[in-house]
Amino acid sequence: MIDFLPPALILLLGALLIGPTRGALRTAVVLLTPLLTLAAVWQVPDGVSLTFQFLQYPIEPIEGSPVRRLFATIFALMAFGGGLYAYRQAKWFELAAAYAYAAGAIGVSFAGDLITLFLFWELMALFSTVVVWCGGTPGARAAGIRYAVMHLLGGVILKVGIEGVMVHTGSIEVQPMLADTFDHWMILVGILINAAAPPVSAWLSDAYPRSSPTGSVFLSAFTTKTAVLALILLFPGEPVLIGIGLFMVMYGIIYALLENDIRRILAFSIVNQVGFMVCAIGIGTQMAINGAAAHAFAHIIYKALLFMSAGVVVYRTGKNRCSDVGGLFRTMPLTAVCGIVGALAISGFPLTSGFTTKTMISQAAANESLVWVYFLLAAASAGVFLHAGIKFPWFVFFQRDSGLRPKDAPWNMAVAMVFFAALCILFGVAPQLLYAYLPYPVEYEAYTASKVVFYLQLLLFSGLAFFLLLPLMKRTETISLDTDWLWRVVLQGSARGVHAFLTGLGRGLSARLSRLGLYLSRRGRHYFGLNSEGDRQIHGIFARAWPIGTTALWIAVLLTAYVFFYYLA
Amino acid sequence: MSGTDDRNDPMNQSKDDAWLARPSSIRLLWRVFALVLVVSVAVQLLFNVKGYFGVDGWLGFGAVFGFLSCLAMVLFAKALGWILKRNEDYYRERERD
Repeated sequence: MIDFLPPALILLLGALLIGPTRGALRTAVVLLTPLLTLAAVWQVPDGVSLTFQFLQYPIEPIEGSPVRRLFATIFALMAFGGGLYAYRQAKWFELAAAYAYAAGAIGVSFAGDLITLFLFWELMALFSTVVVWCGGTPGARAAGIRYAVMHLLGGVILKVGIEGVMVHTGSIEVQPMLADTFDHWMILVGILINAAAPPVSAWLSDAYPRSSPTGSVFLSAFTTKTAVLALILLFPGEPVLIGIGLFMVMYGIIYALLENDIRRILAFSIVNQVGFMVCAIGIGTQMAINGAAAHAFAHIIYKALLFMSAGVVVYRTGKNRCSDVGGLFRTMPLTAVCGIVGALAISGFPLTSGFTTKTMISQAAANESLVWVYFLLAAASAGVFLHAGIKFPWFVFFQRDSGLRPKDAPWNMAVAMVFFAALCILFGVAPQLLYAYLPYPVEYEAYTASKVVFYLQLLLFSGLAFFLLLPLMKRTETISLDTDWLWRVVLQGSARGVHAFLTGLGRGLSARLSRLGLYLSRRGRHYFGLNSEGDRQIHGIFARAWPIGTTALWIAVLLTAYVFFYYLA
Repeated sequence: MSGTDDRNDPMNQSKDDAWLARPSSIRLLWRVFALVLVVSVAVQLLFNVKGYFGVDGWLGFGAVFGFLSCLAMVLFAKALGWILKRNEDYYRERERD
């Protein structure tokens, strides 16, 4: 047996305790469980530590490895930072749901078999939907339902793949595979749906900005990055991921450039950043996998920081759109500075965590002589600075004076932001702290003069482009159509069309039928009719009593005709 | 909420507003930024940038590449915006009926 508590279980217990506890005790539960979980994560040894049988399948709920521990560590850290940020402002059920959601992510991190992975996967889908619903508006409820439908669909596809692998190979191990059979494709598609890959990236930008200011901080961290870990464990070096990743990178930039909603800009940039990781997993070399893992780690921190900064703005002003805010640096200096640190980190500025991790992915592409991939990633790095690095802080904190003078962040939100901002800089200045825990030995030097100069030029001139092209980027109060238009408008429209057609057909048919019925009843009355007029007379032709003489006459006529024809023949 | 009244009045804005919002400071920031841009390219004369594919080792390649990529992306987004942009109530109107 094992001599430590499963980390996911600790966090799940914490989630259960948030409801019944009150006051200081609840605060203690919220702040201490992630730290206990973190301690437990580091107790998990390499290899499988627990096995039992279920329907003849060996279930391995806890399997340790460096990359699994790395992801579980950042998930636990994220739960702590998110908990600190949210515990005084968020509703208790939002916190509980967020912790259960984080427990799902940690459970997936250590899942040694596909059944365990699937169970925790669905736990995440369930509780992340609750977090979306905690937005509390009608828009949040509707988006939560769309979110749930998408994730349950993804879960079913994943399940089909897992069942196929179970039936065809008899093994449920989590092990590297390639997208070569139908089963493997189904697993890949199921995971990619959670990674917000095309063509269903829209669920992310639809749901996350509608959650509460605290909820979006949690949402930004777990679902997509768990999918990244699952891809690292199951599909390292699958070439199709390179193309998918590059598409996501560009999609995120273009849509973020068109967007007006503050948190939706950040949501699109999640897709963009996950694209970098997916592309790296597709490259699949040790350097690339290290890059993907390190970038996921750094990304969770700076993206949460950006969502925290945006969350404070939404919390203090109640406004979601760039066109409604501006000039907030005057009264929110701390939120602005933390937002800028996050923005610099996501852009990969030297001395921030983004630089030390993202350049690893570019290096991996260069080492494999993938010229197109390398240059597209470089262009995307410039684009990240454009859409998130400058656009977000500029439109929210500078741009123009909106006249709003909100207070700066509440103290717990401020502490959480400063903590994460410090981590962004720490891993930028001392990358070896992170490199030591990557899945493969790191032989990579981020700070060479060559790289620093190249990226500084790239980013600074992107900045110049931003300010010169500002007139082209005027905020409009619009949304941009995405593929979800197909199901939100076309599918819904056709469903309405089919419904209207069937209703019309039904009405037409019942009208016809009733007319037919009327006709038949008239004819019936004509031939067999009893007295419907109430005059006690019988009107129907066959129902009338005919005089006996008429009958005799007709029989005589018939007999005559018979005899006549008999002789004629 | 004194800012609401001040912001349309350039006199007030230049005197009372935050340092960062004053036209004089913005001019100064532009000059500093221009200097930083020039230095970032000039520094390549001191530290040789080793390109992976030849072309990326040229003087100022990062600068030109970054600028042109951004230009291309902004123009592409703008063009796509004509097709994809809709009123904010687009879905709400469709989901109501």
